[in-house]
Amino acid sequence: MDYTPHTEEEIRAMLERVGAESLQDLFAHLPREVVNPEIRLPEPMPEWAVLEELSRLARENLPAHKAFLGGGVRSHHVPPVVQALALRGEFLTAYTPYQPEVSQGVLQATFEYQTMIAELTGLEVANASMYDGATALAEGVLLALRETGRMGVLVSQGVHPEYREVLQAYLEAVGAELRTLPLEGGRTPVPPVEEGVGAVVAQNPNFLGALEDLRPLAEAAHRAGALFVAVADPLSLALLKPPGALGADIAVGDGQVLGLPMGFGGPHFGYLATKKAFVRQLPGRLVSETVDVDGRRGFLLTLQAREQYIRRAKARSNITTNAQLTALMGAMYLAALGPEGLREVALKGVAQAHRLRSLLLELPGVSPFTPEPFFNEFVLRLPRDPQEVRRALAERGLHAATPVPGEYGERLALFAATELHEEEDLLALRDALAEVLA
Amino acid sequence: MSYPLIYERSRKGRRGLKLVKGTPRAEDFLPKEHLRETPPRLPEVDELTLVRHYTGLSRRQVGVDTTFYPLGSCTMKYNPKLHEEAARLFHPLHPYQDPGTVQGALRLMWELGEYLKALTGMDAITLEPAAGAHGELTGILVIRAYHEDRGEGKARRLVLVPDSAHGSNPATASMAGYQVKEIPSGPDGEVDLEALKRELGPHVAALMLTNPNTLGLFERRILEIARLCKEAGVQLYYDGANLNAVMGWARPGDMGFDVVHLNLHKTFTVPHGGGGPGSGPVGVKAHLAPYLPVPLVARGEEGFYLDFGRPKSIGRVRSFHGNFLALVRAWAYIRTLGLEGLKKAAALSVLNARYLKELLKERGYRVPYDGPTMHEFVAQPPPGFRALDLAKGLLELGFHPPTVYFPLIVKEALMVEPTETESKETLEAFAEAMGELLKKPREWLENAPYTTPVRRLDEVRANKHPKLTYFDES
Repeated sequence: MDYTPHTEEEIRAMLERVGAESLQDLFAHLPREVVNPEIRLPEPMPEWAVLEELSRLARENLPAHKAFLGGGVRSHHVPPVVQALALRGEFLTAYTPYQPEVSQGVLQATFEYQTMIAELTGLEVANASMYDGATALAEGVLLALRETGRMGVLVSQGVHPEYREVLQAYLEAVGAELRTLPLEGGRTPVPPVEEGVGAVVAQNPNFLGALEDLRPLAEAAHRAGALFVAVADPLSLALLKPPGALGADIAVGDGQVLGLPMGFGGPHFGYLATKKAFVRQLPGRLVSETVDVDGRRGFLLTLQAREQYIRRAKARSNITTNAQLTALMGAMYLAALGPEGLREVALKGVAQAHRLRSLLLELPGVSPFTPEPFFNEFVLRLPRDPQEVRRALAERGLHAATPVPGEYGERLALFAATELHEEEDLLALRDALAEVLA
Repeated sequence: MSYPLIYERSRKGRRGLKLVKGTPRAEDFLPKEHLRETPPRLPEVDELTLVRHYTGLSRRQVGVDTTFYPLGSCTMKYNPKLHEEAARLFHPLHPYQDPGTVQGALRLMWELGEYLKALTGMDAITLEPAAGAHGELTGILVIRAYHEDRGEGKARRLVLVPDSAHGSNPATASMAGYQVKEIPSGPDGEVDLEALKRELGPHVAALMLTNPNTLGLFERRILEIARLCKEAGVQLYYDGANLNAVMGWARPGDMGFDVVHLNLHKTFTVPHGGGGPGSGPVGVKAHLAPYLPVPLVARGEEGFYLDFGRPKSIGRVRSFHGNFLALVRAWAYIRTLGLEGLKKAAALSVLNARYLKELLKERGYRVPYDGPTMHEFVAQPPPGFRALDLAKGLLELGFHPPTVYFPLIVKEALMVEPTETESKETLEAFAEAMGELLKKPREWLENAPYTTPVRRLDEVRANKHPKLTYFDES
């Protein structure tokens, strides 16, 4: 099985037409030393056997549907209607919409996506998507540095540790300097912002799940001439004041929580929103409305002079392939739920997280760590090593207690709740954890 | 008639999916000062309206599933439906669940890594990068860390790219903090060896090449290039965008490359999704392995695990474990085809491109670098025709056009990559259409297309007064 349509006869006729004797002959001009190396791969398999083998591999995993694990990815409902629409071959198998006349589907859907992200974040524009939340943050900070012409970055320890690691790798590359601002009591203190700092970064709700007061952070950044970058869970923005309204110049985050499969971490999508004034510094693709020669509304990729295939070494970023399809799935999800449906989903997670926390705090040796107010995730200090607890819970069929990195403290575990969790699920986790800790 | 926006289908109070019954009051959990005062303006539609909206949009869109899509350097081959079902088997896995409960996923990653190492001739691999350009950045950062570790980081400040390179190559080098210098192509379309020799030296960090190059030509002097690079301490980077041409037949590792990124969404059938998500694994030779990003999938006595204990690593380039579901699709592709199938696919991609090249030449197109081209070739229309007009004319005739105006070294370039999954009769029909275009009146071409969902769009207006959201009034 190789998905090629050619019959033997056609291959012969085509070879003759191009003046080659065999398929092998097409590679005759390659250096002899490199042609036909010995490569060892498994034997080909028919379609059913591939599926069987994959099903076998899938069974070696314990599905994490309804997991209480958090930390950037959560188990939410994945609506079949979104999955079905995203599988439309026209969306699935299209390339980047460089020919707008036959790409209005992806272009208009992206324009709608940009609108929804701008609405959620309270900012004016969003690009067409980034790879994930972490790279969206890195690119958002680079945007701030270009805009301010500075090379210093102040990042709250409340930002997801993996996001900070990615940010570090991107900033090191251009010689920018990253300083981490330690949390105080689980929240970001208002820092002195030195001269030379171009971006101040905080996350709300932060990695511990606590709500941050973003406005004073934004004000501190602005007083020093820096921009303020907020990392925000897009689902939380159904309820919480949007970053734009709190003084953020740039907002970034990861779209998995908008009904995308967890997929062991990807692909999801990153969003990047900002003010229209900074649009010429935005990385990645951007869709604009315009009109065609007959005066009809249409959409196309715009301000392309920012991008690598036009500007090459002077581009704003090297990003090319982004996460278009998953971003459109996020938009489909938002449209499927609407403002009220989204608010209900977010709120149920918040309510269940609060209920879960009080249930788990009943257990001896378990103490609170995340301060109130918190959103739909929280950290507890456990009397046992969280990695062991997570494993012991998994043996009981439950996924919970994401181990929190040691930089925040010892024996800390993160818990999350979503719209999928009913009271009985919360009680089951409490009972299992009681057993594990006993 | 314009197609309505989802916002224009919205009616206040209309509901689609209801996932929750009986919600509590937000104020019971969250302080009022944190709550937004006005809800985000999201569309309010029922589920059928949603389905009709996006189904209607999809009909205003072409993809490989609907249309021949010979975009050069993009490898728009068929994306098997099997792979979508395969990916679904792995949907409900959380990146932070206990490693003992994801042994199947880790095994799949490890096995795919082994297959890709075997196919590229590399010693170590990371599956983290989310796209080709992301792989490029990862690879160049690895090279940079290597030079720095050897105390040569300050001296080696330059990355060389041929003038035919993909735009992402110089953009990547810039993002990694390097200066970029272009190497001209020789009259045969391959790297000008003398020009390269003049540039190589202790101030150069890397040479980025794609082989076959964007003209579709295999760099026949690649072993000599690799030797020169090695002598100068310059790392040789392979942009895997064009690997489809030689997959199974020749390996970047054997050609002397130190780093290679692969585009799983080109060569290994992960669908392009209208621009992404993709996946861009990076393979390296042993001397660069210590610098690969964390985590790497490793195999230990107690099973597979994620290895974070790598002190010389460049750190993290993406959250979690990369675009895992893309890896599942690539795994399925390799296991379905096996080595013989992959080699056949590569050979037929070359045969299809050579055959189409002959058909186009017959119909009046020129091929300025007409060497032994491989999976793609760059054609030029006869004098007086604009590539843009021909592309728009092709839309009217029901084909997606080739890549136009790239590579930059060919005027009015039409870069054609048919891929192996297209049939002989499709290639012939396309060539027929290309021939027909040259017979059309000039005015017809300049105004094409006519019957597409929209016709030529006003780009100048969008650039001067971009309207980037529905509510954007400025």
